[in-house]
Amino acid sequence: MSEARITWIGGPVLRARMTGSFSVYEAVSVGPRRLLGEVIQLKGEELVAQVYEDTTGLEPGDAVAGSGRALSVKLGPGLLGGIFDGLLRPLTGTDDFQIQAGLGSGAAGRFRFVPQANAGATLETGAILGAVAAAREQLILVPPGVAGRLEWLAAEGEYGEDEVIARLVGENGKTHEVAMRHPWPVRTPRPVRARLPASAPMITGQRILDTLFPVARGGRAALPGGFGTGKTVLQEALAKWCDADVIVYVGCGERGNEMAEVLDEFPQLEDPRTGRPLAERTVIIANTSNMPVAAREASIYTAISVAEYFRDQGLHVALMADSTSRWAEALREVSGRLGELPGEAGYPAYLSSRLAEFYERAARVTTLGGKEGSVTIIGAVSPPAGDFSEPVTLHTKRYVRCFWALDRQRAQARFYPAIHPLLSYSADADALAEWWKHSGGNPDWITQRQRVLSLLEQQAHLERMARIVGRDALPAQQQLKLLCADLVNDGFLRQSSFSKVDRYCSPGRQAAMISVLLAFMDRAEAAVQSGVAPARIAELPVVRQLQRLGEEYGEGDLRKLSQLPHQLDYEFDSLHTVAANVR
Amino acid sequence: MFADLLLEGAVTRIEGPLLFAKRAARVGLNSAVEVVGNDGGTRLGRIAALDEQSMVIEVLQSTTGLDLAGTRVRLRPEPLLFGVGPNLLGRIFDSVGRPIDGGPPVSARARMRIEGLAINPSWRALPRDFIETGVSTIDLLNSLVRGQKLPLFSAGGLPHDRLATQIAQRARLRGGKSEEFAVVFAGMGVPHDTAEQFRRAMESSGALGHTVLFLNLADEPGMQRLLTPRYALTAAEYLAFVEGRHVLVVLTDMTNYCEALREVSASHGEIPGRKGYPGYMYSDLAALYERAGCIRGRPGTLTQLPILTMPGDDIGHPIPDLTGYITEGQIVLDRELDRKGIYPPIKVLPSLSRLMDSGIGEGYTDADHPALAHQLFAAYARAMRVRTLASVMGEQGLPDADRKFLEFGARFEEQFVNQAASRTLEESMQSGWDVLRGLPHNELARLSDAQIRKHLEEPAHA
Ligand SMILES: Nc1ncnc2c1ncn2[C@@H]1O[C@H](COP(=O)(O)OP(=O)(O)OP(=O)(O)O)[C@@H](O)[C@H]1O
Ligand SMILES: [Mg+2]
Repeated sequence: MSEARITWIGGPVLRARMTGSFSVYEAVSVGPRRLLGEVIQLKGEELVAQVYEDTTGLEPGDAVAGSGRALSVKLGPGLLGGIFDGLLRPLTGTDDFQIQAGLGSGAAGRFRFVPQANAGATLETGAILGAVAAAREQLILVPPGVAGRLEWLAAEGEYGEDEVIARLVGENGKTHEVAMRHPWPVRTPRPVRARLPASAPMITGQRILDTLFPVARGGRAALPGGFGTGKTVLQEALAKWCDADVIVYVGCGERGNEMAEVLDEFPQLEDPRTGRPLAERTVIIANTSNMPVAAREASIYTAISVAEYFRDQGLHVALMADSTSRWAEALREVSGRLGELPGEAGYPAYLSSRLAEFYERAARVTTLGGKEGSVTIIGAVSPPAGDFSEPVTLHTKRYVRCFWALDRQRAQARFYPAIHPLLSYSADADALAEWWKHSGGNPDWITQRQRVLSLLEQQAHLERMARIVGRDALPAQQQLKLLCADLVNDGFLRQSSFSKVDRYCSPGRQAAMISVLLAFMDRAEAAVQSGVAPARIAELPVVRQLQRLGEEYGEGDLRKLSQLPHQLDYEFDSLHTVAANVR
Repeated sequence: MFADLLLEGAVTRIEGPLLFAKRAARVGLNSAVEVVGNDGGTRLGRIAALDEQSMVIEVLQSTTGLDLAGTRVRLRPEPLLFGVGPNLLGRIFDSVGRPIDGGPPVSARARMRIEGLAINPSWRALPRDFIETGVSTIDLLNSLVRGQKLPLFSAGGLPHDRLATQIAQRARLRGGKSEEFAVVFAGMGVPHDTAEQFRRAMESSGALGHTVLFLNLADEPGMQRLLTPRYALTAAEYLAFVEGRHVLVVLTDMTNYCEALREVSASHGEIPGRKGYPGYMYSDLAALYERAGCIRGRPGTLTQLPILTMPGDDIGHPIPDLTGYITEGQIVLDRELDRKGIYPPIKVLPSLSRLMDSGIGEGYTDADHPALAHQLFAAYARAMRVRTLASVMGEQGLPDADRKFLEFGARFEEQFVNQAASRTLEESMQSGWDVLRGLPHNELARLSDAQIRKHLEEPAHA
């Protein structure tokens, strides 16, 4: 391997004189503690590298050893259920509660390999070699860059992740040895056979998302909001309850306690669909705000590579990135250190293309092995002072299909999730209407959605009017609209992630809830038309139930919920009777 | 290992806080340096960059009075360390960890890096232990838990010091024996009397023996202000994670700290970010704030109560903004409430405690605590909207229900936010239910029928 000697060092950046050749983005190991770094520039005799760990103690003359390979992580069956730093080095199993520089890449795990291919067969890239029986079954595939005749396949048994379990001979006669895990250069997207259009939603269990602003499997969503508006809680809620097969959660420049929370909760919570602990389907990548900035930049690529690895097994993967703004800031810091010309708000000119490249890695695909898989990206954005006109939010908006804008005012009234229904959108909604019709069990989904959105739009308009003339001066129909809009907000859009009853809402319950609310609207409109005062409707006992619909009718109360329209009819009927009697 | 060496005549250039010197001996990046001037004064510094011939020393105290010929440089074989031990308690230090109370040097049991090391997130335990501060708007609405970092966002002239002192005095009362407790106070650019008041308050509550003070006074150069919280947090980490105490760290005023950061960044010729603050201010602040927490298997905790004054009373200013993005909530003080004579003048709506949800409710405080808190927030938010409305079109134009909310708003501020004496959590909850009374029950969407019956109807009938 090539070597270089440090000639200059300052902070996480070093220059070194090369003997032998290096390439840009090559991983290097630096100094006696073998700190991990990456080459970022080559100029004549000299290389510039950034180091992903604390450089304290390094000095000129220290060695920089090349690895011959771009910055890579090892992808294999040992990832699920683990917590790793931004370079996929395990954070568990250390004896010190503080992170010391020179964290190892972790010992290989041992897994039971069950062969599923026959020696002699010709295998394409992505073909199945076998499976491992871990907490959940995972496939071992022919990795990218490898294909050919399967000369030898290990017998069923326990192997280390790096042990050779298959030998293939390629067309050019080259022999490839394959282990259960393989290195992957994080900045390179993993190959697929074809990209597919959106066809099914990723069900999140959050009413405002699934019903109003759905994200498709393989879709891309941004979650912008000022501090404390609920990005992390929502990302965690999605990580818990969405119907993906695998969750990759990357805490990029955020809080250590939030990672601890995920670690604490996920093993205790059950996946509502499989009954297994949520931890088993989750990979956590934690590069908290106090960990080295350069590694923060890499962590996003590490996370998406891990997500693609599971996608290639024919799984639906959701990637939660909290927060992409911290990643962009890391980009800015590294760029500044390289003396690059700063653009808007100091970000490098390539910010936009980096964001595009990242979101482009989300997709529903046909894998090389011919299966359907997907990676859905949900990226939190933390705009300075909550101002959505700053560069990261603006550029992100160009590349995502769903925009879930968090609103400070809602958050301050503790109305969660604080997604603003008028500032948010989903470009996937129309494509998903078919799914709701044929597979989702709610053919009316698209019309219901439209009704709710237009009601909320009218609410904003009417509230502006009410501010001028007073609410009481509005015509009865319009007063009723405001009442209905309040009910939709309180009874449907509000959903606390901390409520055991309401933190997850199945598509069936969502449909039942929206139906009863719309039925109320219909009956109420008819009543007002026939002369009933909106104030009388507001006093109906059922209104109080609709207000607290999410809280009072959990997943186990669907039967009770289906009775509610009868109660509603009864109350409206008696309203007319009373009205008639009075007359 | 590198040697402990004294270099003479090695300095070739001095530029603001930076000293350029010949690399006449082996030394590693970030090593501690003592720069001794002709005047005999010693200044702390560290190696900021190295090449084959030379080194750049960042002097962390004033370089005034240094010259090329007479400046000697002592290279230490290690980064900046602070000698810590149990006798820290009851002591007063200057901004760089030297005793200024006339007492003997601290006999160090360990020497720890002032920069600290990042806590491995997989070693963190979730903060869950409720601290009763006696302040209703905190205990009931924005609960503080051990291991949390919860700043006070204040402004010039508001009683943040009084509030912080009150919290520091009370926080030791709940749970645990008193010797398990410690308070670390780091004053950055604060006037002497602020520090003195705090010291006296601790003394009068008998906690001085459990208190450590680090003082960077207003007239000291900005540079070493950056070191003060690092020394203080190193002491706190020792007391919490080695000695197993529950440590509360008061950091005041973080705005002065950030100003110093801006000044130093400018003197390094760095490209300024928003409002002139360096682009790395987020990471720099995070390196301080993230030192709070609880560690699995260790009895101690480190809670932070940073105080900052919002420049121009603007919560969107980079200092409060970046702080809010790092800390686990914020308590916002408000000039208008203060003018109305309400103490503590806590502006409830923009205040938040993010760790509250894991420390309150069934099994922690009271089963109805979360619902009551949410109902108060929702009702007060509505009251504030109505208040704005009323200021435009007058109270007469308001529907009945709105007028009730308007009255609630006033009641909430005068009876609930405002408090003459400390309250227990139970008293705070009672006050919360009391102010809610009078609102139409069908507008209380955050409370269940059972909660309304139990807390709002029965006592009224009684
Ligand atoms: N969906 C929700 N259900 C219940 N509570 C919520 C919800 N969303 C947010 N909250 C409350 O708001 C607080 C702040 O939310 P969160 O930590 O997610 O904000 P954030 O947008 O991630 O902020 P930052 O950018 O500073 O990280 C939470 O601690 C919680 O109390
Ligand atoms: Mg967050």
